[in-house]
Amino acid sequence: MSTAVAISHPASEEWRQPSRGIVGMACLIAAESAIFIIFVVAYIFYLGKSLSGPTPREVLDLPILSTICLLSSSITVHFAVHELRAGRIGRSSSWLAATVLLGSIFIAGTAREWHELIYRHGLTIRTNLFGTTFYSLVGLHASHVIAGLIMLSIALIFSLMGKVNSSHAGRLEVLSIYWHFVDAVWVVVFTVVYVLGR
Amino acid sequence: MATHTPATSIAAHPALRQRGRALDVLYDWITTVDHKKIGLMYIGYALIFLVIAGIEALLMRVQLAVPNNTFVSPQTFNRLFTMHGTTMVFFVGMPILFGFGNYLIPLMIGARDMAFPRLNAFSFWISAFGGVLLYFSYFAGSGLYGAGTAPDVGWFAYAPLTARVFSPGHSTDYWTLSVLLSGVGSIGTALNIVATTLSMRCPGMKLSRMPLLVWLYFVTSCIAFIAISPLTAAQIMLMIDRYLGGHFFDTQAGGSAVLWMHFFWIFGHPEVYILVLPAFAFANEIIPVFSRKAIFGYPAMVAATVAIGFISMGVWAHHMFTVGLGPGANAFFTLATMVIAVPTGIKIFNWLATLWGGSIHFTTPMIFAIGFLFQFLIAGLTGVMLAASPFDWQLGNSYFVVAHFHYVLVGAILFMIFSAFYYWYPKMTGRMMSEKLGKWHFWLLVIGFHLTFDFMHIPGILGMPRRIYTYEADRGWAIWNMIVSSGAIFQTIATLIFVYNLVWSFFKGPKAGADPWDAWTLEWSTTSPPPSYNFARTPTVESRRPLWDLKHPEDPDTNYE
Amino acid sequence: MSLCMNQATAEKLMSGAIGAPARELAQWTHRSVYRAAGLLAFQFDHSSTNIFAPQGTPARSIFGLSMLVLAICAAIFLVVSGLLLYTLIRYRHRNGDSNREPAQIYGSNQVELSWTVIPVLIIVVLFLATARVIFITEQARKPASAVDVVVIGHQYWWEYRYPKLGIVTANELHVPVSDPGHPTPTYLTMSSADTDHSFWVPELAGKMDVIPNKVNTMWIDPEKPGLYLGQCAQYCGTQHAKMLIRVYADSPADFAAWVAAQQHPALQNASASEGSAVFQRNACISCHAISGTAAKGTFGPDLSHVASRATIASGSVPNTPENLRAFVDDPAHFKPGALMPAMHLSDHDLDAVTQYLMTLR
Repeated sequence: MSTAVAISHPASEEWRQPSRGIVGMACLIAAESAIFIIFVVAYIFYLGKSLSGPTPREVLDLPILSTICLLSSSITVHFAVHELRAGRIGRSSSWLAATVLLGSIFIAGTAREWHELIYRHGLTIRTNLFGTTFYSLVGLHASHVIAGLIMLSIALIFSLMGKVNSSHAGRLEVLSIYWHFVDAVWVVVFTVVYVLGR
Repeated sequence: MATHTPATSIAAHPALRQRGRALDVLYDWITTVDHKKIGLMYIGYALIFLVIAGIEALLMRVQLAVPNNTFVSPQTFNRLFTMHGTTMVFFVGMPILFGFGNYLIPLMIGARDMAFPRLNAFSFWISAFGGVLLYFSYFAGSGLYGAGTAPDVGWFAYAPLTARVFSPGHSTDYWTLSVLLSGVGSIGTALNIVATTLSMRCPGMKLSRMPLLVWLYFVTSCIAFIAISPLTAAQIMLMIDRYLGGHFFDTQAGGSAVLWMHFFWIFGHPEVYILVLPAFAFANEIIPVFSRKAIFGYPAMVAATVAIGFISMGVWAHHMFTVGLGPGANAFFTLATMVIAVPTGIKIFNWLATLWGGSIHFTTPMIFAIGFLFQFLIAGLTGVMLAASPFDWQLGNSYFVVAHFHYVLVGAILFMIFSAFYYWYPKMTGRMMSEKLGKWHFWLLVIGFHLTFDFMHIPGILGMPRRIYTYEADRGWAIWNMIVSSGAIFQTIATLIFVYNLVWSFFKGPKAGADPWDAWTLEWSTTSPPPSYNFARTPTVESRRPLWDLKHPEDPDTNYE
Repeated sequence: MSLCMNQATAEKLMSGAIGAPARELAQWTHRSVYRAAGLLAFQFDHSSTNIFAPQGTPARSIFGLSMLVLAICAAIFLVVSGLLLYTLIRYRHRNGDSNREPAQIYGSNQVELSWTVIPVLIIVVLFLATARVIFITEQARKPASAVDVVVIGHQYWWEYRYPKLGIVTANELHVPVSDPGHPTPTYLTMSSADTDHSFWVPELAGKMDVIPNKVNTMWIDPEKPGLYLGQCAQYCGTQHAKMLIRVYADSPADFAAWVAAQQHPALQNASASEGSAVFQRNACISCHAISGTAAKGTFGPDLSHVASRATIASGSVPNTPENLRAFVDDPAHFKPGALMPAMHLSDHDLDAVTQYLMTLR
């Protein structure tokens, strides 16, 4: 019983398993979703419970342009993956660049909104429950956008340096799934914060 | 494994050769991404914290042995139970179970490593850093000015006690940061386990052929995403409150203390299952081998595990029966909590059926597993008592609850962890552990465990709340507390024997060989300890027990699945 | 505790709880359980906070349910552990046994089904019995004769306010005994001034958490006059251990007398005017109130009738002049971590203040 036994037969059928990158990203998304759910629950729970102003209705405007930019960046990143898989590196880089640009416009929009809220309306994270929950939820999402932008930019730089080929399409796809997730979260945040919560 | 290191230049110098070799080994372990070494580091680091948190428990039991004791101050006592609970859950339970998972899962599914080896190393080191940070609070907790202090808010750190007003200084920050880091590490490892399970199986290892251990770790990891993340979110909120002046849990600004309770227990209760499912996983491997029978009802075991996973998400508020949630919510969570007894019962009955008709060998791993079965049965039944919410209005936050969850954590989980040590130690080191010392360990631990935790239920029934540093003599609690404390002595001796056995067997234990227990899963098909690449050739499997098929070609499992 | 009464009441409760079909089973089980419980109760008799010695309706309903749950759990334990023990002995590997592997059995759907369905049925019974006690306790109708008390938890002491009677007191709660024929239960409306606490007097009722920014209610109806003990059951800070509760259940006449005494403004005795002056001169008044004086603090316990209480320091120290003097000198002597600072009074001032406080009956 003390000898090592090696078991090896030729596999009878073709052995296929899901890609570990996609499974890993799906797990990360599950975990991140749970974090966002908690922040969204806190936001909804504290709606209208602030002891002092300002209220969402008084100070929040619909960020239409930002939203359009972020949502369309999901389409551009999709094309970037698609072109890379087809081996058209140049087109893939252009789509990536468009994605980074659209994401940056979104972040700039958030920055402008926060600047307005802080300096014109005097709403900070300390002001009231609305301030606390608003900045943490929107800020949590924005930090995810920034993380995504950094990764996309790195991919773009590699691509422009000619270090990317179609064999990397799987990796870019994993990144694109993250980016789609960030977009999907924005749909929830937009609905809760700017539509229902106002 | 890369072993060419800067140390080679040092080693050229003869006087420094010894140190060079030590540095080599150190460098190798620090930079390793091998799942087995990371697994062993998890286990080693958990054992160190087990001893530390055990000493904290001993100090508390000395303080409570007699009424009106002044052995430690109230502040010290409050820190002791906070550190004991936090350490045991986050820096003993989680890492030791993840350690075994890390070590065993790739071996059991015929893989050469985890899906993401570098993430694996990152998860380990960040969790380990979390543990060190928690204890660093003893030196730096109140900031650089005064002497340091550890956090004293209790392991579930109810708001608003954690607010700056009630917990000035930095001790609570150390608590929240270390728990946050441990959570990040745990999510990383859980992600790795799921990806490994789904994407790294050897040919033929369908999901329906995976060893139950892997299945249970898979479910545990899935629970971890949904359970640990809320805790991470809550810790971020608490830090926003403490550092940026937010109001999430600030009751003066309209914040809610109850919200923290919900967030914490949405983590806290599934956490119990994150800890207990790996213990079940060990039992699923060990009980069949020492009954010499296949596990009874493999599909039912998988289904019950998945059911526990789902139901565990819907029972958190049974920790909050006394919060005033109203009769509707109390009734709902009573029902949900009782329902979880059904899949848990299925597991116990399946283990019983595995034993039935077997040929039971009472080796050390098996007697620990049997101890687990009896004690888990009792723990489950006291759990049903606590699930009946009116009964919980009396028992909640009393020593009865403390006894109940120690029955789960020590009587079930720790016993099963010890069983796993005796069972897989030969695989990990190539040497058997001493059976004689193992039996001394078992019986002393059984005596100590029952003295401590059986009698701990009684002061709870007599109205003794948890987390009090002393009590009056006239309450009738003194005799019971004395018995409880005396049990701790036996447990300490048992643990010392175990540690001695670990060390002694490493050098002097009999050689184990590849398959000392005549077992059936893939880890026993490679050498002990396994080479860094695990398997010289990637194995192929055709049933749940590939080694059974190999040893019994006349009657392989493939005929029955 | 009086076992006969408990037995009768709980028998009624239990049979009601699980309905007619299961009544026989209940009667069969409860006898043996009560015998065991009786033994335990004998052991526990010297404890005044025993949850199995109920002295009021909520505690008694819980007790009835507890006995049912205990009986079912004990039965399950006996059956399963008996089976386990039998299996271990019957199928142990003996020395002479051949080394052939036993027959491999992989499972059976019928068997799986049976040990799924039976627990489900047990759970249905347990849940219905539990739900009944939840609703009768939490949704009990409040009679017009009920006494209202507002309970406010503070770090390491209790504040009791009787809004209808205009009384504010601390740490020792006086309530009337409730006669089943003419019930006068006391309804507690509870909240916290700082951290979470929990109000737990085991012989009267289960605990209820006392949480800031949240109002909880519970009710108690002691059956017999006497002192019922309890303590804070939610960790609330350093001195959580010495946040004790004393509930005095008074006969109707005694309660009326107590109310009348408390409604009087604090007695100003000329012989203690020096201590009164020391009290007014120092920081005492910023935290404590004494009715009819300038002391209006609300951070600490109301002292208008402090001498009428049997204990100080939230029930942890007998109220004697020596203890009171030591407490005022340095509260950490009895309760390290208590929020009241050491007042650093001269010996002379300490004597005077102590003498003054002891006149406040």
